[in-house]
Amino acid sequence: MSDVENKVKEIVVEQLDLDVEVSELSNSSSFVDDLGADSLDTVELVMALEEEFECEIPEEDAEKITTVQQAIDYVTENA
Amino acid sequence: MSDLFDLTGTVVLVTGASRGIGRDIAETLAKQGAVVVGTATSASGAESITDYLSAHGGRGAVLDVSNADSVDQLMAELKGSVGLPTVLVNNAGITNDKLLMRMNLDDWQQVINTNLSSIYLMSKACIRGMMKAKTGRIINIGSVIGDMGNPGQCNYAAAKAGLIGFSKSLAREVGSRGITVNVVAPGYIQTDMTDELDAAQRDSLLQQVPLQRLGTTQDIAQAVLFLASGAGAYITGETIHVNGGMYMS
Ligand SMILES: NC(=O)c1ccc[n+]([C@@H]2O[C@H](COP(=O)([O-])OP(=O)(O)OC[C@H]3O[C@@H](n4cnc5c(N)ncnc54)[C@H](OP(=O)(O)O)[C@@H]3O)[C@@H](O)[C@H]2O)c1
Repeated sequence: MSDVENKVKEIVVEQLDLDVEVSELSNSSSFVDDLGADSLDTVELVMALEEEFECEIPEEDAEKITTVQQAIDYVTENA
Repeated sequence: MSDLFDLTGTVVLVTGASRGIGRDIAETLAKQGAVVVGTATSASGAESITDYLSAHGGRGAVLDVSNADSVDQLMAELKGSVGLPTVLVNNAGITNDKLLMRMNLDDWQQVINTNLSSIYLMSKACIRGMMKAKTGRIINIGSVIGDMGNPGQCNYAAAKAGLIGFSKSLAREVGSRGITVNVVAPGYIQTDMTDELDAAQRDSLLQQVPLQRLGTTQDIAQAVLFLASGAGAYITGETIHVNGGMYMS
């Protein structure tokens, strides 16, 4: 697992308060459909990514980050 | 019982703390142990706030609540010093009274910006820190006029009624994170403003108040303390009217 992937997964597990190991988290998991996030959770998740990777994620982009893989891709390309 | 009102170590931000109601709120919360940052629009105003808060570990700061850059600047400064507030008291407010027919767009916008848009700006700036802390209190100072209306105050009443809807919506958004959002709505409070009334005006005013006196800034500060402390933990989206009975919702 790359550093970015690992870090993103750590953040997801922490923010969504998941009861799984980082290594068990599937890249295709959808925050809302698979991981039980509500709309406020997804906003918080994006805020946490912004802080960790020191970037600003515009609203239009934030809306498109709905799965673990999408978060990894976004951060890899933009941070 | 006294423990319930203890705020030791809590970082509190009170806007408009240079005088009147805001000053008393800041002092009252500071006496309960909170680290209070109180704001004024000028550097000299901020200094005078530091004078009365420093004994309790708090201080003054400069802020124009109607200006987004000014809000950002203050938040950055707080983040690097006392930390982000978990209690926000949106108290700063102005009046600019005119009959609607004489009220121009500037008169309207100035009051809406300072009394209502400020609540959006300040709450948004503070909510992130509160979400992280998984606790927070936002207390907006409304007015009985927001419920009753008053000739000459279309702008002011609109802003004060608006912040009630804002508070109810935000209370629903962030309740799951342990953050409460409430309004304290003062009636007629003895401040510089009401000192200007003559005896006849005062008498006619008091006829509307069952408790037969003007309110004091302490009456308001105590209600704010109640909501800010553990005692008010299960209250959210609510408006507490502190008006001696002149209006009962
Ligand atoms: N007094 C009453 O009877 C009464 C009744 C109902 C509701 N209220 C509400 O209670 C609150 C406080 O009233 P008050 O009578 O104590 O007011 P006040 O004595 O006139 O003090 C107003 C405070 O707001 C600050 N302020 C004004 N414009 C600002 C801006 N653009 N940015 C930041 N701060 C600003 C002032 O700072 P500077 O000193 O730097 O100007 C001052 O500290 C207001 O929201 C008011 O609507 C009051």
